[in-house]
Amino acid sequence: MSELSELYQEVILDHNRRPHNFRAIEGATKQEGYNPLCGDRLTLYVAMEGGVIKDVAFQGSGCAISKASASLMTDALKGKTADEARALFDQFHAMITSDHDGPTADLGKLSVLAGVREFPTRIKCASLAWHTMKAAVASETDAPVSTE
Amino acid sequence: MAIGTSSVQAAFDVAKIRADFPILAERVHGQPLVYLDSANTSQKPESVLKAMDDYYRHANANIHRATHLLSERATALYEGSRAKAAAFLNAPDKRTIVFTKGTTDGINLVAQSYGRSTLKPGDEILLTWLEHHSNIVPWQLVAEQTGAVIKVVPINDAGELDQGEFAALLSPRTKIVAMGHVSNALGTINPVADMIARAHAVGAVVLVDGAQAAPHLVIDVQALDCDFYVLSSHKMFGPTGTGVLYGRASLLEAMPPYQGGGDMIASVTFERTLYNQVPYKFEAGTPNMAGVVGLGAAIDYLAGIDREAALAHEDAVLEYATAQVRQIPGARIVGEARHKTGVLSFVLDGVHPHDAGTILDQQGVAVRTGQHCAQPVMDRFGIAATIRASLGIYNTREDIDALVRGLHKVRELFV
Ligand SMILES: Cc1ncc(COP(=O)(O)O)c(C=O)c1O
Repeated sequence: MSELSELYQEVILDHNRRPHNFRAIEGATKQEGYNPLCGDRLTLYVAMEGGVIKDVAFQGSGCAISKASASLMTDALKGKTADEARALFDQFHAMITSDHDGPTADLGKLSVLAGVREFPTRIKCASLAWHTMKAAVASETDAPVSTE
Repeated sequence: MAIGTSSVQAAFDVAKIRADFPILAERVHGQPLVYLDSANTSQKPESVLKAMDDYYRHANANIHRATHLLSERATALYEGSRAKAAAFLNAPDKRTIVFTKGTTDGINLVAQSYGRSTLKPGDEILLTWLEHHSNIVPWQLVAEQTGAVIKVVPINDAGELDQGEFAALLSPRTKIVAMGHVSNALGTINPVADMIARAHAVGAVVLVDGAQAAPHLVIDVQALDCDFYVLSSHKMFGPTGTGVLYGRASLLEAMPPYQGGGDMIASVTFERTLYNQVPYKFEAGTPNMAGVVGLGAAIDYLAGIDREAALAHEDAVLEYATAQVRQIPGARIVGEARHKTGVLSFVLDGVHPHDAGTILDQQGVAVRTGQHCAQPVMDRFGIAATIRASLGIYNTREDIDALVRGLHKVRELFV
């Protein structure tokens, strides 16, 4: 059960119970994300100002992993440029998909999600918010993104 | 969900059944496997594995196409399975049995061959709210191609079809009724015989999706009087990649081919091709021969057990599971039809099904979590997903006890 407690760390359970930035932002770029495997839906709001993410928030239903990931992501994104956000996406993605325990970039609070890599069926849960964010900062498209 | 009497249960030796399924001895994450995902796909008995292995070792050759002994053996085994499938469904004639890749393939065949050649703009295809996506999307495709319109029979809060609405939706415009025999998401057994009679009264043709019925119920297509019945081998203890379409002979004969190729023809010239007779007209190309042989062995396996006793056993386990899960604080069962089989779908307050699935898996308990390819059912109940424990003939009360222990662990972590 040690892998399990690695996955469901207290921090993750806390973010699941009381997600940060769990709200809508009026007038912000809005992007839908959908994971057809589990039916999870997420709406991400990104407000850019002067090339920087001024505010970011999300709404939707999902499992603990996807909610905690979205919650932690929104905390981490504030003040970042679109390019920095994309770079963070790449680092995060590498962290949850790498098949060895070797050093990955230190992602601070986001590293509580590293345990996901032991659970291949849950990687999509952890990455849903991130794929949605990537779509939101890439363009103004409103086509829903999917992790399938 | 009639409870079997103790004498019936005594006739069914579940320990003996379990010994027939080698995978049940597997350990997962260091725990004994508790397999509660048979509605997704069932496990296979030794006899099925052996039949397929024997086929490749002693009979493999292309069927219907060669004069040598192996081809004769392969053809005899393949056609032998057709006779077994006919008996399994009590079909009047083995010509009415078409081998397919599975339920999805069978429904697409009927939609594209029968549906596409007969439907006119404004004709109605009547589905139900309980359908698996594979009994929805093929009809949407053919509706788009022909201008036909799709109507849907609603369900009540227990997950039963609304029979009043069904009667109201039937009209002379209704050309096809396509409905599941047993719901994969909720386990509801639909009163198909009665619904078929009512559909026939308005002149509609009826397809029954028997994917979830075949592993549990004794099926008699003549008593049901259905026009098409489809199933998947892999849900009824046979291998993947094969299935059965039963079709009324007169309909099959009038239907155009679904796919073109070898075996489905009588003669080919570039000017004109004559199609083979049924069922071969619908079996283009080299089929999944080993799979069909395995399906035959699965049918033999089921024929060798007391089906009524097996169902009574499963019903007793389902009843036990329902009572046990209901006692877990915050658990809510989704789908409480009076007639159910094989499936217990539920949600736990404050826990997403996906998280529960991972935690259960770590304890060796395999369930399915999600929308079960039945998004309309989930939408109807206003939920994104459920935890689904589904049963096969090999499951026991001990399996349910392991599930319940696992669910308590889930609650410890989350609530
Ligand atoms: C009721 C029902 N219909 C159709 C299907 C599709 O079966 P298959 O994937 O074997 O074609 C399933 C299985 O998932 C099912 O449960």
